[in-house]
Amino acid sequence: MTKQFEPVIVGFLCNWCSYRAADLAGTARIHYAPNMRPIRVMCSGRVDPQFVLKALREGADGVMIAGCHPGECHYVNGNIKALRRFILLKAMLRQLGVEEERVQLVWASASEGIILAEKVDKMTKAVRALGPLNWNEKVIGGGNGHKVVVAAPVAEEV
Amino acid sequence: MSEKPKLAMYWGAACGGCEISVLNIHEHILTVDEIFDIAFFPCIADFKVHHVESYDDGYIDVCLFNGAIRNSENEEMAHLLRKKSKVLVAFGSCAYEGCIPALSNLTSKEATFNTVYGENASLDNPDGIVPLTEVDVAEGTLTLPEFYHTVKSLDQVVDVDYYLPGCPPESHQIWAVLQVVVAGLLEGAPLPPAGSVVGVTNVAVCEECDRVKNEKNIEKFYRPYQIIPDPEQCLLEQGIVCMGLATNGGCGALCPQVGMGCRGCYGPLPGVEDQGAKMLSAVASVIGAGEVGMEEAELEEKIQAVVDTIADPAGTFYRFSMAHSMLQRAKVNGSNGKGEA
Repeated sequence: MTKQFEPVIVGFLCNWCSYRAADLAGTARIHYAPNMRPIRVMCSGRVDPQFVLKALREGADGVMIAGCHPGECHYVNGNIKALRRFILLKAMLRQLGVEEERVQLVWASASEGIILAEKVDKMTKAVRALGPLNWNEKVIGGGNGHKVVVAAPVAEEV
Repeated sequence: MSEKPKLAMYWGAACGGCEISVLNIHEHILTVDEIFDIAFFPCIADFKVHHVESYDDGYIDVCLFNGAIRNSENEEMAHLLRKKSKVLVAFGSCAYEGCIPALSNLTSKEATFNTVYGENASLDNPDGIVPLTEVDVAEGTLTLPEFYHTVKSLDQVVDVDYYLPGCPPESHQIWAVLQVVVAGLLEGAPLPPAGSVVGVTNVAVCEECDRVKNEKNIEKFYRPYQIIPDPEQCLLEQGIVCMGLATNGGCGALCPQVGMGCRGCYGPLPGVEDQGAKMLSAVASVIGAGEVGMEEAELEEKIQAVVDTIADPAGTFYRFSMAHSMLQRAKVNGSNGKGEA
């Protein structure tokens, strides 16, 4: 039996909603995929695109940014800033060949433990289907990009 | 005569503009000639690689290396010049962070070859002839350097002492840096710590730009040909992507002052690892769409419409820093999801 691929998903959870949702999921003993590594940030608007890129570069297979629903941000509009960044980042990641499922923005309020759990389950499944990202080794070629990657000939994609 | 410090300048994957920028330091070029002996400078003096190979290690006092590492010849010369030089300077944006050559990291080697030698309106190559690293002819075997899949910056192949950004570096900055180096070599004055970015102000280009800056709230982005910018107002406020706010100063804000958004050639500000991501972050937060109270779907749609007016975000935000960016290159063939490069 081959071992199932377990993706590593870095989760940036906002302090006021999504981290509490994860907390609630825990105290409510909801079973969900253990693949997301939560990092608490004060607001989804605090998530610098550099954090996302660094996670992908350093070995994460996916990144989840989770915040309060629009209109419910503790800082009024931090999550709307996060959404603007996310939409632009998504456009850029598409150009860089990163599949859309790997970087997701979700909304989960403090009472939505079950919703956050479902979203983590769903994302884990989607990223598992994509397979490992392994950016440093597979895309750059290991060793901080010092090693040269020689590509196998590929058919022209149109 | 033989006491003079030795100066070298070499080009990797570059356009030649950096050499010209050195020659363009006006009358100071005479001082450079007075102070230094040229040890290697293919643009202006006839030296061969075997001359460099014959030098003792560390013979060259200052080597200005410009150009990115695109092929095996660039890399070989980078290693050779590192060995022969006391101080190796990554000169100009290509050597510092990849610059325009590194934009090809957004595609594959095969696609680049196809554009250069294959399908292109100005080409006539019916037999599909492409350069090979080795070819046998009657007289023997001919070789060419190997074209790499990924363009790298100089510091990704050898240790670099200083970085002098710019595309090309501004002449007053070059002269200022050369003066510091000369004082260090001739008078023993302290040199900046190794690894420093020199010839910069370490504040954003916006600080040097005279345009009037107010609150930014952008509902549509324009490409330079789509708009005649107001001569006084901040370009970003007018919807022109200007990298000034994510770019190190030192150039005197030349581009924005003449109505062209800053391209970002001086690289990131201190403390920033990924210039493009920082620029993306800044641009996204001034998008003037989406308000508290909107429905989630409407919110996304409105923001998406503004984002869609930014043509080529990766190429715009990483125009000069692709090789130094966190992801460094695009994953090609990514559609199979297996990450095969």
